[in-house]
Amino acid sequence: MATVTSKSAYGRMGGDGAPAYPDGAPKTLEDAPLVRGNLSFHDVTEMVAYHTEKKTPTGWFLAFGAALVGMAIFGVAVAFLVWNGPGVWGLTNPVFWGWAIVNFVWWVGIGHAGTLISAVLFLFRQRWRTSINRAAEAMTLFAVACALVFPTFHVGRVWVIYYTLPIPNQMAMWPQFKSPLLWDVFAVSIYGAVSLLFWYVGLIPDLATLRDRAANAGRTLRAQILGFFSLGWTGSNRHWRHYERAYLLLAGLATPLVLSVHSVVSFDFAISLVPGWHTTIFPPYFVAGAIFSGFAMVVTLLVVARKVFDLENLITLDHLEKMNIIILVTGTVVGFAYITEFFIAWYSGVEFEQYAFLNRAAGPYAWAYWSMMACNLIFPQIFWIKRFRRSIPIMFAISITTNIGMWFERFVITVISLHRDFLPSSWDYYSPTIWDVLLYVGTFGLFFTLFLLFLRFVPMVAIAEVKGVMPQADPHFYAHSGDGHGTIGDGGPTHDLAPYQQDAFAQSASPAAGDPERDGVPNPAPTDRPAGGGTEPASPRH
Amino acid sequence: MLRAIRQRLDDRANQHVGLLAEFSDPGALVHAVEDLREKGYSQLDTFSPFPIHGMDRAMGLPFSKLGFMVFGGAITGTFLGFLLQWWTSEVDYAINISNKPLFAWETSVPIMFELTILFAALTAVGGMLALNGLPKPYNPLFNSERFSRATDDAFFVHVSVRDGAFSNAATAEDLHGLGALSVEYVDHEGATLVGAAGEPADVEPIPDDAALPAPVVPHHTTGDI
Repeated sequence: MATVTSKSAYGRMGGDGAPAYPDGAPKTLEDAPLVRGNLSFHDVTEMVAYHTEKKTPTGWFLAFGAALVGMAIFGVAVAFLVWNGPGVWGLTNPVFWGWAIVNFVWWVGIGHAGTLISAVLFLFRQRWRTSINRAAEAMTLFAVACALVFPTFHVGRVWVIYYTLPIPNQMAMWPQFKSPLLWDVFAVSIYGAVSLLFWYVGLIPDLATLRDRAANAGRTLRAQILGFFSLGWTGSNRHWRHYERAYLLLAGLATPLVLSVHSVVSFDFAISLVPGWHTTIFPPYFVAGAIFSGFAMVVTLLVVARKVFDLENLITLDHLEKMNIIILVTGTVVGFAYITEFFIAWYSGVEFEQYAFLNRAAGPYAWAYWSMMACNLIFPQIFWIKRFRRSIPIMFAISITTNIGMWFERFVITVISLHRDFLPSSWDYYSPTIWDVLLYVGTFGLFFTLFLLFLRFVPMVAIAEVKGVMPQADPHFYAHSGDGHGTIGDGGPTHDLAPYQQDAFAQSASPAAGDPERDGVPNPAPTDRPAGGGTEPASPRH
Repeated sequence: MLRAIRQRLDDRANQHVGLLAEFSDPGALVHAVEDLREKGYSQLDTFSPFPIHGMDRAMGLPFSKLGFMVFGGAITGTFLGFLLQWWTSEVDYAINISNKPLFAWETSVPIMFELTILFAALTAVGGMLALNGLPKPYNPLFNSERFSRATDDAFFVHVSVRDGAFSNAATAEDLHGLGALSVEYVDHEGATLVGAAGEPADVEPIPDDAALPAPVVPHHTTGDI
């Protein structure tokens, strides 16, 4: 990220290339303001909280109705499956892992972007994450819920799914701890639990904000419910101290967790002996793929949500561009891994391995392989061009093709490797049945039902965190009679971490007004202060 | 023992009885805290919609102990993960397969790791709530109408009556002297505005249907600077 620069897109440059703050505009994406539109703290509260308080719009009911249709499909698909058994799917010798596993890995991968945004970017002090982390973490939770559906019902007798847990039972038997499938049970369920904790801890201050607003508006029941979930939060600094520490620790714990989860998912394949699966490249390549598809899903969701909910000043085009850069990078990493696999297959000299890969590119499923290559490696390369990185229709299209491509990646790995196994007499062509398709469609119903409920009832942007990265949140902003010039060349004391942090003022103070691309947002009233600046009350310092 | 517990509960309930002063912005808040500490106050607390950098130092708060607790939780998780797998395969249900070792630590690593994370995360959240004394559904501060903006865009300093240097008149004067926008005495009965000399300010009681206090002049806007 640090090397991405642009001479033009962020406004005027300073005279000799030096930053021309506060008069100039930021030169690079890194310097672009995190919050646009000249907002006050109260404006941020209002913009986000309003959407949980207003009367439910008709559009939401329409979308929710569509999602419930998906839920109905989900219910029918699950009921039919449980009643008849997994034989209703297209699974047959030699392909016993079909769409269910493909969909499982696909959904888990999508979930990983949420943790990446909330935890990894937090550790790297990428402060732009604050606008998108809440929605991305919600996406994680719901994607993990969708993912868990598939292995849960794939076991066939779902009523004895507790066999997978180490619970003492009447047979005095324990699960096989040497199996990667059992590691998966632990990894994915713990991942879901930790993601939920992380999300909830982040929510506490925002729920307190909603609670106080509900109490002021006289909505007692709402205030009581929110009061229950916000745990009596007051914003005390004695609390913030432990809270921030807990948040940092959770980020530090979630980071290795998210890397381990997709590594464990890849072990499901890599620990076996099937040509095409038995490769050491799988863990890093699965993790890169997970980030790739997850960011694409975040772009898909947020491009729509920021428009619908008027949040273009919080989730700016700059945020989307940063995500598109990550999509470009991880897409290229994944494409590189595909090519490496081919090279290693040839270099290994193992006949079975070589055939498995030739069969991918030129066998009966070549259409799937080349769809994957096109969607994952080739299409994202369009993001080398800045104009396309900042184009909403193009990024939306690429985010969709990316998720199609990543679905095909899992299909290629799972099905193509299996359908021609060691015994040519059992070779077969696998096709899904309608029940495979309906269950997959149904999980979209589940996902969007949950996501729409989230959008309706929970603040979809982390209000407290966004306020914390606004320039006026920095106490030094108010030095020199509160005119905001205090941060530049201010010789005053700074905190320990100052050298590691981006200057809050440089991040987002003045440029909003001079920014040539307003993200298509109508220009807000520049200020309600009287003209002449000097009449404003001075900061109460002495 | 019982008395100590009762004392502790009382202290907890009365922690936020005292004077509550609103300041205009985070900078003024940090400044006010520094000055109050110079004047000898120690039972201070501040309230803000987001954590303010440098406030821990200004308030003289020590390093949060949460990390040590989480480390303990993590070690517990690792040990339990090991114990679970070792005991089930070596002791409780030992199956000899080709005379291989009954237990292999290599294959136990993933589950030990996952349980480490799980226990550490649970400790982080549980420990944070315990150290903060949450959940705490009742707080006398909720009696103050102004205080409802602490989670929106207002910044408060609180001086507890338990503070050795606390006196209603002198503390109110100090707070007004530091440029507080308003000072309120908050206890379990309610909140009263307090003037510069510590006397109840001569203000009209706020009717229930009144709008909130006029927001502070927009110091917090980014433009026009």
